[in-house]
Formats: sequence, structure tokens, C-alpha cells
Amino acid sequence: MEKKNKASLWKSLRLGFAIVAVLVVYAYGFQVTKVDLAEFRKESRQDSRIRVMRALARPDIFEYDQEEFIVFASIYVPCPDQPVQIPPPDPSQPYLVIPAHCGKPNEHIQVEGYNFPPNIKGPIFFVPSSDPNATLALQRGNIETDSQGKFITTIRLPNRPSNEVQYLKVITRRNVGWPRFSQTAKDTWDKIIETIFLALLATTIGTIFSVPLSFFAARNLMKDVKSPLTGISLAALGWPLGIGFGLAVARLVQTFLAQWRGQSLISWLLFVGFALLGMLLLRWAVFDPRHEPDERPLKLLRSLAQMTGLIALVLAFFALSQAGVTVGLSLASHLGSFAFLGNFVAQLSDVMTVLLTPAVALAGGAWLGGIGGQIGTKWNDTLPAGAVRFLNGLLSALAVATLSGFLGWGIGWLYEIKNVAYTLVYPAGAGALLGILLAILTRPKQPLPIGLVIYTITRTILNAVRSIEALIMAIVAVIWVGIGPFAGVLALGLHTIASLAKLYSEQVESILPGPIEAITATGATRLQTIVYAVIPQIIPPYISFTMYRWDINVRMSTIIGFAGGGGIGFLLIQNINLLNYRAASTQMLAIAVVVATMDYLSSVMRERFV
Amino acid sequence: MLEVRNLTKIYEGGVLALNRVSFQVPQGQFLAIIGLSGSGKSTLLRCINRLIEPTEGQVIWKGVDITSASPQELRLIRRRIGMVFQNFNLVYRSKVITNVLSGRLGFVNPAWSLLNRFSKEDVQKALQQLERVGIADKAYQRADELSGGQQQRVGIARALMQDPEMILADEPVASLDPVLAHSIMRYLEQINKEDGVTILCSLHFLDLVHRYADRVIALNNGNLVFEGLPQEIDDQKFKAIYGREAERIG
Repeated sequence: MEKKNKASLWKSLRLGFAIVAVLVVYAYGFQVTKVDLAEFRKESRQDSRIRVMRALARPDIFEYDQEEFIVFASIYVPCPDQPVQIPPPDPSQPYLVIPAHCGKPNEHIQVEGYNFPPNIKGPIFFVPSSDPNATLALQRGNIETDSQGKFITTIRLPNRPSNEVQYLKVITRRNVGWPRFSQTAKDTWDKIIETIFLALLATTIGTIFSVPLSFFAARNLMKDVKSPLTGISLAALGWPLGIGFGLAVARLVQTFLAQWRGQSLISWLLFVGFALLGMLLLRWAVFDPRHEPDERPLKLLRSLAQMTGLIALVLAFFALSQAGVTVGLSLASHLGSFAFLGNFVAQLSDVMTVLLTPAVALAGGAWLGGIGGQIGTKWNDTLPAGAVRFLNGLLSALAVATLSGFLGWGIGWLYEIKNVAYTLVYPAGAGALLGILLAILTRPKQPLPIGLVIYTITRTILNAVRSIEALIMAIVAVIWVGIGPFAGVLALGLHTIASLAKLYSEQVESILPGPIEAITATGATRLQTIVYAVIPQIIPPYISFTMYRWDINVRMSTIIGFAGGGGIGFLLIQNINLLNYRAASTQMLAIAVVVATMDYLSSVMRERFV
Repeated sequence: MLEVRNLTKIYEGGVLALNRVSFQVPQGQFLAIIGLSGSGKSTLLRCINRLIEPTEGQVIWKGVDITSASPQELRLIRRRIGMVFQNFNLVYRSKVITNVLSGRLGFVNPAWSLLNRFSKEDVQKALQQLERVGIADKAYQRADELSGGQQQRVGIARALMQDPEMILADEPVASLDPVLAHSIMRYLEQINKEDGVTILCSLHFLDLVHRYADRVIALNNGNLVFEGLPQEIDDQKFKAIYGREAERIG
């Protein structure tokens, strides 16, 4: 019983302490976030708040043609010695009546108006001059006519004594005709369209790159990818060689094609010819599993044909992009108001040219790296353990040395270090030692979890990129490509790649393993397994996440303009800074409409697909 | 002829799932594998086509050592070994016909297959297999619209697409009711008798073993504890296989 009491006492003490701790935390929070309700209640703050709220409540969307009535009445300040002659008003026009005709400075006098349009408002001025159209006019108040177009008001005369006649002026405006969209509304429309397409392009770019990335970031696909050290080392050596080879091929092909730049017919012919050649060669060369494995000479010949076929395809693609640029430009100059279509073709072909070089380099790397991996695995399987151990030492030393050499070269380039000993020799030497150490520490034929290494690296990079907010990326992109929506596309696209790849990879991780097992058991290749067992399972969540991301990107693109990234945010921040709240209100309204519509559309489409 | 020699599997973490298991299966035999859950039946079947990499030992099939085959050779071997699973392992979002055709993946041109293109003959063959297991009318429905028994028939049709010389069936009827279980087992029996396909089938119920199997092996904790005809399992053998507490039912 005693013990129980002690425990409950301790428990309530702990609870009390926790409550005090929470209170302290919130008190400090109030302190650092400068919560100040006195400021909040201040008269001046209230006034500006009300002013801004009223401006925001009247978005500047429509405008009218306006008819303006300016009506004068003469007045003397102070009253002259002789009585004054006032000409009788013209009753067919709006007119003012001042019963007193004159007054002392600062005296309150009554002003009446007749024949005005009904129910309109306008300012009333005192013109301290004998010329009624003088620029200087002192506003004395506002008038509002009743339903008969009549008003009576009292104004205070200013301290402007003069012997000459002076004037009172009333200006009223009336909307005439149909409302039309204001300039602000038109600008907002242009920019909101830009915003939607900015989001569309960023999402598309993000999706294209993040789908393949997501496979590398999925633990369940990568954890079984294992390879012995011999294979890994040879693959690691093959990759840079292959990338170099790919770059060389791309450069050669481009110089070869450059002589026909601008001649679209020849480019088209080259495209068709090389595409056919490449397809035929590959058709023969790709191993067809219906046959038994080839003998050695035929196998070599097939590899050679594969390479030639791939190079022919590279040529064909470069020719296509070259032809596309020419065709697009000529279309753009002939299509008139549809020139943007031609421009699109040209830009797309240009993008293709830009992307082809790294793609060819990567393909070259993958090809040689793959061959290296296969040879390495074969040696590992066939050679005795002692020989494998020796080979491992040699190859992994070479591989790690090469990689760290490249790393050193990159650091040397970045920090402009000119000393070769620091950028190449020492890193390579250290790498070689590390490689040998690696070979000593692992058993010679042990398969290493290279898949998990790739998984970890991919994840780390994705997390790092994701942690940088798109708005900050936009600042960098603006430096790179200049202010405008393209910078926004790049910034949002990059952020989308990182976030979608993570979301996608989590979907891949949650798929059922059974179908993968079943398809593997039929003798399918790894790629076939992914296409038949993984992709059908992930398509619905992928579509759903892509829609969701588009939704997010539309929302993000409305503010990416704050950092110069184009879209409607650019206009919005300008108007806020100019205190032009009615225009800002128009833009906020547009954002709200677009975001709500996207939200609704994406939920409808997700329901349909999933 | 399938020969398993000293097959051992130690999982990461040191669990001994198979302990020097050796046996032989002549071509065309219906072999039942029995044992408690966790006795190593699934591991044994998966080690034969190396869905699980055995730690030691050899699997020799038609004179070829599967355990030392290269990845490419392994795929050529796997495409002659059909597999049927307890949970059917269909791709539920794909159509039935696609599921069946995926059994053909080892035989088709890899480039075309990635675009979901199959030859007319293969599609015809797939329809024939579905006809054979009695669900030709379901060919163009999604796999998840089918009932359990129908799904397992799709699984069998997929295995048949491989023109298999051997079928590994991992508790093919464990998640079906007794009536469906018999109908599925009859299809396997038919494939065994008519086409001469070797069948290795792990089973829970002894009455199914008596009814369908030519021969039985039994595993207990990764050890081969019995090898013989179904009729030879008497009470004493039964207790050796299933443990002292077990009682025979049915």
C-alpha cells in the first residue's frame, strides 16, 4: 500500500513538473515571437487594417467607361462691400446653389446641388482662384446625391481671402456602358496561365527523372543486388571509360552532322537511314532467349553489332534533333499566330540535343560498366580463391584510385588548385591503399551488397536536395537563367524530382513481393520482372502522387515569383510592395480560384485512377 | 531426373532452414513434401530454382548443376520449371491473360515483351491454357476480380505457359477450401499424368498426400525425416514428422 502511494505521488509530481515545463516553453515562445496584443489594438493599426481589408474586398477586376460632371459656382471670401450679382443657373444642366453667395474664412456655409444624376458620389472642392479651371483645388468634403439627383451639404470655407471671385467645384463620375476587364485583370490572367504551365512543366520534368531514380531508392529492389568485389571493381573501372567513350561518340557524331545543319531534308534522310540500320543491327544482335546461348566468335560478333547499332541509333537521334530544330524554326516563321508551335518543336529538339550527350555518356558508362561487371563476376566464379584475392586487390586498388582521382580533379577544379600532387597523385595513392584494404578486409568470393550502397547514396542525395526549399532554389536558378518563368520551372522541377522520387520509392517498397518472385521464377530478366511485376503495382499510386505534386507545384508556383521565378507571384509581390492592394486582391483571388480548382480536379482524377 | 545433394540453407542471422537434405526425383514423379510450418518446405522448393540462394550443396537437374549456373544459364533453366504459390502471386492489377502470358517471358524477344507485345501464337496458347483450367471466359478480366480458386487456376495456367518439365508447387491449396483444393490438385495430377511433368508439391493434409502423391518426403526442422510411399506413414512415422503432440485427423 505504502509503495503504491509513493508511486502515485511520484507520478503526480512528474505530471506537475511536465505542466510547468510546458508552460515555460510557451512563455519563451511568446517572448521570441514578440506576441504583442497592445500593438494589435492600436488605433493606427486598426485603421490601416480596415483600409487594407476594404481594398482587398474590392478586387480590381472590372472597369467602366465613365462620364464626368464638373459643376462650378462662384463665391466670394470674404463677402464684398456691394451685394454680388449671381447669374441664374441653367436648369437643364446640373447646378449648385449657395444661398449665402459669400462667407468669411473658416465659416461654415450651406451648398445645395440640383439636377445631378441620382445616387452618385463625388468630391467638392474650393478653387482659390478667379480661373475656375485652375489646377489647385482644395477638397472640402464629399457629396452624395439622393434619388432625385439633389444634395445639401455644409462645408467649411478655407482661409483664402481674396477680392476676386472664387469658385466651388463638384466633380461626379458615373459609370456608363457595360463593364469590361480592367488592365489588372488582363495582366493577372496572363500570369495565372503562365503559372499553371510553369507547374505543369515542372511536374513533367520531375516525373520523368524521378521514376527511374525511385527504383534506385527502393530498398526492396536494391537489397538483393549483390556482386563480388571483382565485378564491382571492373564495373567501376568500366563506367568512367564508358562515359568517356560515350562523350567522344557524341562529339564525333555532332561534328559529323554539323556539315548539314540547316538542311532539314538531309537530316531527315540521315535520321531514317541510321534508325533503320541501328534497328536492324540490334534486332540481329540482341540475344534472343528462344535460341540456345551462342558460341564465342558469334557472341563477340553480336557484341560488336550491338555497339555499331547503338552508335547508329545515336546518330539517328542527333540527326532527328537537328532536323527538328530546322523544321521548328521554319514553322515558327510561317505559322503566324501559331508560331509558338514551331517554336515548341525547335525548343524541344534543342532540349533533345542538350540531353542526348549526357544520355549517350551514361549509356556508354552503363554498357562498359555492365560488361566489366559480367567479366568480373565470371572471373570470380571460375578462378581459384587465391587468384581471385590477388585480382581483387589489384582491381579494387585501380578502381578506387581512379574514382578518387576524379574526385580530386573535381575538387581541384572547384577550388582552383593548380598543384597536381594534391589534386591527382595523393588522392589516387590514398584511393589505391583504400582499395587494397577493401580487398584484404573482404573474403575473396563474398558477394558485397552494392545495391544497398547505391540505395544509400541515392537516398542521401535525394534527402539533401529535398531539404532545400524550392523558393531558395529559384534564387539560384534566377542567377543561372535570368528572371522569368524558366527559372521557376528549373527550381520547382528539381525539387519535384527529389520529393517525387522519395514518395515513389516508398510506394515501390510497399508492393507485394509475391508477384516479383513468381515472375522471376519464370526465367524473366530483371528488366522484365520490373515491367511485369513491379510497374502494374505502382502505376496507380504513381499517378496519384504525380497529381498531388502538380497540385503542390501550382501552389508553389504562385509564390515562386517572389524570388523572381516568374508566374503570378511576380505580379503579386510587386503590387503588395506598391501598396496597390486592390490589384493584389485580384491576384490573390486568381490564386485561390486556381488552387481550389486544381485541388478539386486532382481529387476527382485520383479517385478515377486509383 | 532431379537430384538434390546435401542441400543446406542458413539464413542471415544463423537460422538453419535446411540441413544437408538429399533426395532424388525421377522424371514424371509426383512428389509430396510434408512437414510442419517452418520445417523448410518452402525454402527447399525455392532453393531448387534458386529464388533462394542455397548456402551449400547441389541441385542437379537433367545432368546440369543448377547451383553453379551463371545468371543467364539460370534463366534458361528457370523457364523450364513452373512454379505455383500458396498466395497465387498474381499481379492483381493486370488482366488474367497478361498474368498467364507472363509465364512466357523467358521465351520471348525481350525488347517486345517490355512493350507488352506477345505473338499471336503465345496469346492463342495462353487462351488454350485458360481453357484447360476451365476459366477461358475470365481471360480479359482483372486478376483481382477472380475468386481464390480461379486465381490459383490462373497461377497453374501461368506455369503451363512455360511448357515446364517440372512444376514446383508451394502449398498450392493451403488457402483454399477442401472442394477447391481437390479440383486444383486434380489439375496438377492431370498435368503430371498426361504431360509427364515432374511435380514437387508441398502439402499440409495427409489425405491429399495419400490421394495424389507417388512418393513423399518429410521435413522436420530442416532435416529430412522420412522418404517413401504415402502408405508407409504409420502412427510412429507421423509422430516423427509432426512431433509428439500431434494427432492424426482424417
